Order: sequence, then structure tokens, then C-alpha cells
Amino acid sequence: MSDTLPILDSADAPHIATNETIINIDDLSFSYDLGKTNTLRNISLEIPKGKVTAFIGPSGCGKSTLLRCLNRMNDLVDTAKVTTGKINILGQDINASDVDAIELRKHVGMVFQKYNPFPKSIYENVAYGLRVQGIKNKSILDQAVEESLQKSALWSEVKDRLNDSALGLSGGQQQRLCIARTIAVKPQIVLMDEPCSALDPIATARIEELIAELQQEFTIVIVTHNMQQATRVSDRTAFFYLGELIEYADTQVIFGNPSKKQTEDYVSGRFG
Amino acid sequence: MPPESASSANPFRSLSRRRQIRDGATTGLFATFTYIVLACAVVIIGKICFDGLPVLFKAEAPFVNTEFFTKKTMTLNQFYTAEGEMVRMDNDDYLAFKESNPDAVIKDHKAFSYAGGGIVGPLVGTMMLVIVCMSAALFIGISAAVYLNEYAKKGRALNAIRLSIMNLAGVPSIVYGLFGAAFFVHSPFFPVFTHTPDLEKALFTIPLWPTDGYLSFQGWGSSVLAGGLTLAVMALPVIIAACEESLKAVPKGFREASLALGATKWQMIRTAVLPYATPGILTASVLGITRVAGETAPIMFTAAVAGKDKLPWEDAKGSGLYWLSDMMTQSVQALPYHIYVVTGKLPDDPALKDMQYGSVFVFLLLVIGFAMISVYLRARFRNKLKW
Repeated sequence: MSDTLPILDSADAPHIATNETIINIDDLSFSYDLGKTNTLRNISLEIPKGKVTAFIGPSGCGKSTLLRCLNRMNDLVDTAKVTTGKINILGQDINASDVDAIELRKHVGMVFQKYNPFPKSIYENVAYGLRVQGIKNKSILDQAVEESLQKSALWSEVKDRLNDSALGLSGGQQQRLCIARTIAVKPQIVLMDEPCSALDPIATARIEELIAELQQEFTIVIVTHNMQQATRVSDRTAFFYLGELIEYADTQVIFGNPSKKQTEDYVSGRFG
Repeated sequence: MPPESASSANPFRSLSRRRQIRDGATTGLFATFTYIVLACAVVIIGKICFDGLPVLFKAEAPFVNTEFFTKKTMTLNQFYTAEGEMVRMDNDDYLAFKESNPDAVIKDHKAFSYAGGGIVGPLVGTMMLVIVCMSAALFIGISAAVYLNEYAKKGRALNAIRLSIMNLAGVPSIVYGLFGAAFFVHSPFFPVFTHTPDLEKALFTIPLWPTDGYLSFQGWGSSVLAGGLTLAVMALPVIIAACEESLKAVPKGFREASLALGATKWQMIRTAVLPYATPGILTASVLGITRVAGETAPIMFTAAVAGKDKLPWEDAKGSGLYWLSDMMTQSVQALPYHIYVVTGKLPDDPALKDMQYGSVFVFLLLVIGFAMISVYLRARFRNKLKW
């Protein structure tokens, strides 16, 4: 949706303050090998609340790495380390020693590149996040499952077969199920790591519509390889190259009138 | 058409007869060796079935020789009647026969220990050993594999641990037997619940009020527990390796999705990893355990005896925990050891053949049964949990 100008956006969703920052990355450097080489170097950016922010850049530029820093998914890598800087989410440094990554991830959900529903029923997939939080009450779960599936525009397609395996769904449906599963936990931020790269154009279009709707309620950070997608879905765009943030501005600016040469070369398709 | 004109017209005619012969000979050689292996398999299985089946089955109803499965092992008596007819009798039948026919002529009487009766003792013993082995090996093996694969930090230390576990797989089985004897059988660190502690062996005893029993650290002696655990130690490397493979086969996406939804590490492992690794774990583990259950050397010094008149639960004293403890610290007969006894320890005689091949045949059935169970489990889980 290239017409999501900030002004229109705030008119559409007046409950979201337009200028509030929800994620504040300050001079972040990150290494996958205990600091020998930095995969990300001195990145500073502020992600506004209630907007869609896109990370673009050629492969290996660090955009996915940065995304995975935001919910500490990189904790899975033994040798990963934040070498300098801070990430503040909702005003809290998420790498502080008293931050529990489990609690953080309840607030910062993630949708992955390859749709990865569990080989369980559709219902159990959506209820998973609540179940691991210890919610056993059937009516609460039922309600959350229905609500999340409705929000992810899947309810009408699956409401008669909630107990069927999620793997019987099409690729696009599986990815929307993964989105439903993520928002069932009611995070404030949803991270999406190339959510459409394994999908066909029609399924992609549906996910993009969905992103526009979810924006009413969640702050979305999306990594994408597809520049058209970034122009369609995002309000702000950050361009990364070789682990550095080259330019970060409103999406129209990045694609219409970028201030850096590298950005212009990339968005006009001269490399990457 | 005359062959000359055909060959002169054929541009692809073979030029070298020798090359063809060499090729044919190579193929023939490889085929021959393959068929030699096949012949070995057929001869082994055939011989066992040929000699074993008549022991298990009989011509009249119920067609199965149930006594072979329900009788305890006992001495086999062989003698000739006055008419020169050869008779073989289990000891109980022989004693009854002598009592009812006190003046029957018995010539050339021979007695073969352990070669008569049935194999209920060895069967029960092997089952108990397998149960102890399986419980311990699965629990410890899966835990270790989960730790190595999911928790431990990758690096030199982890590689060293893996290497030493894998090295355990190469240790000869008799070494496990010796280890088991020293550790589980003779060392006094393992406690038993008993009313009559062996004060000479016991390190110390803890009286258990209000019962009049003791928890006595006197070691397990040659017993089901000692033997089963020795087998478990031996099965561990195989089980750990198999579990790790199964865990590695679970897609990374499941783990990431689970964590991203706010699961703790253990919740992730329990709900998003282990369920999908179970088919592989069970299949490989059951096969691994079957393999060690057939070992003789590890149980020779730790659990097995040549003959025993009572089954473990018949011999166990006390009640409740004491009964269980006493039962598990009984020595038992076991199929592989029984086969060893009736084949290797007794002087060779045609009279032993039935017991030898009957036991081997049952043992083979047991192993095949376990393999089938593992295949069945895998198929069942695969259908339920495939991705």
C-alpha cells in the first residue's frame, strides 16, 4: 500500500501515537564469533510504534541478524555476542542481565521465512503460545484461537477443520497460521523475517493485506528481499549494506529520493 | 541373413572379445560373493528352523509344545529299555517313571544337566534383563542425547565427550562384563532393602522404621539389576548416537517457532522437539537394546546362572519394597547364557540337540519380535507425526 502516508495512517488509526518510538537501537554492533568480526556495525535507529518498518538490503547485509537481535533469537547461537551498544524496547535494555528472553519474546513475536507450523492440529498450533504460558482454560483458549485466526484472515477457511493437521493447509495458509500463532500471544511487536519469500504471488498479496490490517494493532518490523513489497507494506525503510545501516527514512524517501548513492543504486536495481 | 554380412554392416560390433570376457568375469565374481553371503544366511536360518521347529511344534493338538515354554530347565535322562529302545525323559517324568515302575530295566543311563524340561527360566530372565536394561538405557541415553544436542555448548569439550561416548561402543563385551562384576556385583555402594542384611559385606545399614527392615549398602551381587545395568551401559553409546541423530533431524524451525512463542528451553524440547524425534529414538533404541540383549559375555559374571529351580518372584522373600528388592537382586537364567551352557559346557551329545536348537530358535524369534516392534512403532508414529 504505497498510499500509507503517515498523515493518512494516523487518521486511520487514531489510537496509535505516530511519533512514539517503541524500539530504540543505539550504536549496536553484533558478532557471531565472540567479537572477532562484527556482523553488524554501529547501528542506530528508532522504530516507531504502530508502523511497519522494512529492513532491506542485499543478502548477507545483516538485516535478518538485526531482526533476530530484537527478540534475542541469536541467543541460540553459542558464540553470538552484542559487542557494543544497546537495544531498548519499551524503554528497557533487552540485553540487560535481569531481562528474561522468554518474557521478552512474549512481547516481541516472530514470523519466519519458511512457514513452520508444528505437525499438530490447526487449533493446537494457535494455542501453543498460550499453552506454554500455562493457560489451560478451554474457553480462554477457544476464544484466543478464534480471535487470532480471524485477525489473520484464516478463520473462515479453517473454522470447520480446526482439529485437522496444520500441514494439510496450503503454503500461504500455513504462513497465515504462523502469523495467527504469533499474535495469539498478544505481542506488541511482530517481527517478520521475509514472510513471503516461500510463497506464490497470490499468497504474498494476502499476507501483505494482512500486514496492513495488523498494523492497526501491532508494530511490525519486516525483513524483505522484495523491494516492491517494502514499498507496498512499509511506512519506514532501513537500507543495510555489509552490516551497516546506510540509510533510514520514510519509505517514499528511500525509494523516491534517497540521499545516499548506495541506496539509490540498490533500489534502482543496479546491484543486489 | 548370413552372420558375416550382418557383422560387417554393424558399425557398433564389439572389437575385443577379451574385454567382454573380462567384464563378464568381474560381474560373475561379485555376484558369486553376494550369493555366498546369501547362502550363509539361508544355511544359518535354515539349520535353526529345521532343528528348532520340531522342538516347538508337534503333530497333535495344540500343535505347540507348550511344555517347552512353561517348564523349568532340569536334568535330561537318557536310557535304554530292556527291549533296547532309547528313551529320553525330563527329570520329573523320570522320577515318576521309576517310582511307578520300580523294577523296570534301565540300561546305559546318562544324565545331562540343564538339557531337559523347558526354557521358562531363561526366557523370564532375559525378559527381566531387557526390561531393566531398557528402562535405564532409554532414560539415561535420551537425557544425555538431549543434553549433548540441545544444551551443551559446541566446542572442544563437547567433541571430547562425544568421542569418549563413541569409544564406549568399541569396548569388547567381556570388558563390560568385568566392569559390571566389579562395579555392580561386588562393590558395596548399591543398596538393597532387606530384613536380613549381610553384615559382613555391608558398608553400612540404615534401619527403616517402622518396618523391621534395613536399607543395606551391601551391593547387589550377581543379579538382574547388575546384569541389566551392565547391558544398559553397553547399549548407551548406540542409543545416544541414535537419539542425537533423531534430534538433529527435527527441523530447526520447530525450535525457533517454539522459542519465539515464549516457550522456555525445556518446554521447547518437550513440546516441539522430543515428540518429533520419538519415532527415530524408539526404533534405534529398541534395535540397540535387542543387540545387547543377545550378548552373553556381559551377563556371565553379573547376572546369569546355569540352572535355577525357582523363578525370581517365586524365590523372593518379604513383601512390598522388600519383595521387589529381593526379586531384582536374584540371579537368573538367561537365554544366551543357557545356550552357551547346553552347547559349550556340557560334553557334546545328540541328546542335547533339542534343547540347543529349541532355545536358539526361540531366541531368534524374540529378536525378530523386537525388531518388528520397533518397525511397528516407527510406522505408527510416522503416520501420526510426519512433517
